[in-house]
Amino acid sequence: MTNRKLYVARSPRIAARKLGEEMLVMSGQGSTLFTLNPTATILWQAADGATPLDEIVERRICSEFEVKPEEAMRDAEALAEDLAKHGILLISEQPIPKPVSSVQESR
Amino acid sequence: MSSLMQEMGDRALRLGVPLSVQLDLTYRCNEKCVHCYLDHDDHGEMTTAEIKHLLEEMAEAGVFILTLSGGEIFLRKDFFEILECARALTFCIKLKTNAVLIREAQAARLRDLGVESIQVSIYSHRPEVHDTITKVKGSLQRSINAIRFLKSQGLKVVVANVLMTENMQDYHDVRELAGELGAAYTLDPTVTPMMDGDRSILNLNAGESALHSLFRDETFVGNAGEFCAPPPPPDADSMASLPCSAGHTACYVSPYGEFYPCVQFPLSCGNVRQERFIDIWRNSEQLKEVRSIRLKDLSGCSQCAHGSTCTRCPGLAFMEGNMRGPSTADCEKSFARTGIPSVNLLAKKDKAYPPRLVQIQIAPATAGN
Repeated sequence: MTNRKLYVARSPRIAARKLGEEMLVMSGQGSTLFTLNPTATILWQAADGATPLDEIVERRICSEFEVKPEEAMRDAEALAEDLAKHGILLISEQPIPKPVSSVQESR
Repeated sequence: MSSLMQEMGDRALRLGVPLSVQLDLTYRCNEKCVHCYLDHDDHGEMTTAEIKHLLEEMAEAGVFILTLSGGEIFLRKDFFEILECARALTFCIKLKTNAVLIREAQAARLRDLGVESIQVSIYSHRPEVHDTITKVKGSLQRSINAIRFLKSQGLKVVVANVLMTENMQDYHDVRELAGELGAAYTLDPTVTPMMDGDRSILNLNAGESALHSLFRDETFVGNAGEFCAPPPPPDADSMASLPCSAGHTACYVSPYGEFYPCVQFPLSCGNVRQERFIDIWRNSEQLKEVRSIRLKDLSGCSQCAHGSTCTRCPGLAFMEGNMRGPSTADCEKSFARTGIPSVNLLAKKDKAYPPRLVQIQIAPATAGN
């Protein structure tokens, strides 16, 4: 785990919808379809660009799952980087402003 | 369809979620295609506010893939306002359009809004054929220009071609044109009746010999021997299978708010101006009826050799008079493919030549009576 603050935001170019406990996500890059498991879905839904990743992990993941904060943070960083590679999530060391036509909370 | 999309479709079916919806924003159109099934007059389209409200209801219901179609969608002055609302609700958006109103600016905006794909109707590579079908001079060139604008923005474009008498020689060239433009290509060999039941446009269908050739064209069907092979006898799985996604994980809403199982299945299940989308989806008696259809329950089709491979459309069957009956267009396709007539075609043949066992003649009136 690093000491840097990371901010994550949902990409405005994607399509997403919750189906059961999972999140269906269509990346704008090549129309690739992904499904996010329940943990990734929580991270995804909390990725508002303003809340640091460590706060999301502490408040939304550690409170719901029996997992050590360090381990959860490592997993969350790896997941965020993986989602960013696919154009699904934006990562920055600064808060990420919402685009003019912002994507709302996925239902 | 990708295996993941198939898996999501199966899950949506189990959960009772309408994963995919086609919403026609208008029936008005700037082309007057000879084969079109719509009445293009405006009989009271939903307002911008009504459509935005419907989009919220659909997102709440779990709709993921939203196809915006018409009529010509760009004739709505509020089209981009609707599209922006739909994208803010994170729908996966597919558009169907003739594209003649798309220029650089519109293409750039579609890219910015993250539209998944745009399907553009092209009937021929020859202007004299395409423009005769659309009844708009210059329409082919404008559609091609639009595809170039869309591709220059990195957007996914699908060229949609309907096979009919006027253009049945041209589908190879249209596919080649699509390739040159960097677009995907899809061919629909069926002209469908008008939504009001008028079947006169069916005489535009390309006919059996064109279908026979198409189904043996390996550049379209792959291995023609396999594609045209006699079907295996229907097994228990085929007998219990669903005919298609209409009413199960997909549905259609007209510009007037009418809710149907599919754009080709004009059985009204309710109106979103009077009821919530999800209430119609869950509670409509008509949808329950559609959902109950299984091959084993269909008289005729359940006895037919094509049961396991038939593409029978319940909507076209409905337009023939019985959603549990055959769809003759699909019987004709099965016959063109395999040379084996369906139970329905055999029955029609019998009816066409009734035995004249009794003949009643009226005696001419006698002069003076």
